[in-house]
Amino acid sequence: MGTRGGAAFRLSALALGFGFLYLPIAVLVAYSFNASRLVTIWAGFSTRWYGVLLEDDKFRAAALTSLEIAAMAASIALVLGTCAGLAMNRFPRFRGRLLFGFMLLAPLVVPEVILGLSLLLLFVAAQGVLGVPASRGVLTVTIAHATFTACFVAVLVRAQLASFDRTLEEAALDLGARPVAVLWRITLPGISPALVSGWLLAFTMSLDDLVVASFVSGPSATTLPMAVYSSVRIGVTPEINALATLFLAVVFTMVALAFWLMARQERRRIGAM
Amino acid sequence: MIGLGIWGRRALIGVPFLWLAVFFLLPSVIVAGISFAESADAIPPFRPLLSLTSAGLQSHATLANYRELAEGCLRVYATSLGNAALATGLCLLIGYPVAFAIARAPGMWRHLLLFLVILPFWTSFLIRVYAWIALLQPSGLINRLLLAAGLVETPVPLLYNGFSVELGLVYSYLPFMILPLYGSLSRLDETLLEAAADLGAPPWRVFVAVILPLTLPGIAAGMLLVFIPAVGEFVIPDLLGGPDTLMIGKLLWQEFFDNVDWPAASAVAAALVAVLTLPLLVAQRLIGRERAA
Repeated sequence: MGTRGGAAFRLSALALGFGFLYLPIAVLVAYSFNASRLVTIWAGFSTRWYGVLLEDDKFRAAALTSLEIAAMAASIALVLGTCAGLAMNRFPRFRGRLLFGFMLLAPLVVPEVILGLSLLLLFVAAQGVLGVPASRGVLTVTIAHATFTACFVAVLVRAQLASFDRTLEEAALDLGARPVAVLWRITLPGISPALVSGWLLAFTMSLDDLVVASFVSGPSATTLPMAVYSSVRIGVTPEINALATLFLAVVFTMVALAFWLMARQERRRIGAM
Repeated sequence: MIGLGIWGRRALIGVPFLWLAVFFLLPSVIVAGISFAESADAIPPFRPLLSLTSAGLQSHATLANYRELAEGCLRVYATSLGNAALATGLCLLIGYPVAFAIARAPGMWRHLLLFLVILPFWTSFLIRVYAWIALLQPSGLINRLLLAAGLVETPVPLLYNGFSVELGLVYSYLPFMILPLYGSLSRLDETLLEAAADLGAPPWRVFVAVILPLTLPGIAAGMLLVFIPAVGEFVIPDLLGGPDTLMIGKLLWQEFFDNVDWPAASAVAAALVAVLTLPLLVAQRLIGRERAA
């Protein structure tokens, strides 16, 4: 496969594959700068849709709600997922471990419509029996998002713990450190890459979720995907293109930064060798 | 950690365990229960399974929701499974060469290409599906290119049919296929391929006899990661599909939001879990084995 034919084949696979993945996004971004209201006919460059978007209270309020929910849900998910990951990694046997493992994996694959429906029915039942939650909104969406994103955090934490060097912990314990201090000063810093990426993953998943939020939210809280969805159902508008472009710009910048940092680290490591 | 004490141990296990029991396990039991309830004009819109009357404890459990599902909606399940299976196959066909090329790319390029595969994960799913609407419309870019090239006389119906749903599924889930395939392909032992070539195997033979069997775990993982979420997909059939392309996720949504028939929606959910149980069990086995390895 090292022939010239092989190289041409690989290049065209990359070009076609990435063309397919990125062409729709490129067109979407291009039409956010269209002067016309139509998203199909190019009528010259303009930034007017960004102005319209920034003055749209509906999207601003929804974006703030989404950010608030995502930050809270990701933080809860980080705590839950880290505890679960540590428990599964460190305690090879306890009563209910099989069930625990199942509950940690199942939400990763259960369709969103089912997660949303089942949590809504729980909240309705709890309201009927206990009187809480009094109404559905930010709190119920946060709980729902924390629940399924915690399982993703647990996967990342377990993966990192699997390659974690336990001798450091043992050394600290031998030197007289209390177990809690070992956890705080050795274990958690040691798995910090998983904690950071776990929080970020939970945050973006919460920010991106339409289906679960639509089920468990109430009239008091509209998240950004819910607002986008209701205007997309009516029709394609350049305002949504502008919103999507801003969103993509933030993500691209963050990912590019991470890429640059990793590349720099790798160059340093190679330089040091 | 070893000596964290009984309370530390209880907290580490107990807090997430209780949370998941309350917010995942219990809701699943409630859905299963309500799927046997009668729908009613009330708040919440169903009749309790049990009620206490003068005649004693009475059960109102019924199989009617499942009967209706079996009579009216088998086609929806067939469409969903068929769409998901086709999308899985197409993702494999497109994803394998891409993953192969990424695994063969020189160092820095490999990082960059992997980032470009992962990037869509971090951007909005809804927006990526939405992007296709403008492209596929009768007045959209693709139709205008086809018309300009003289390939068609009138715009081709590309949107709100089986084609657009399939395209949306393949587009959205392609990264889920590429990543596990890349994982398998990047661990491939180069010397095995050289040995096969030195022994006179033509490239296709090397692929079929060496590369393909060695990357089977990646293929299986990728197929499950595409198939399982695609079966229950809601956004894609809703935004890109038409009346003939109803899928289970959308059916559940309609029963719940449009018909306000919660028991029917619960029955749809329970039947969907039943349909997905086999692939889910396979997935859990695979994840467990991967972890053990």
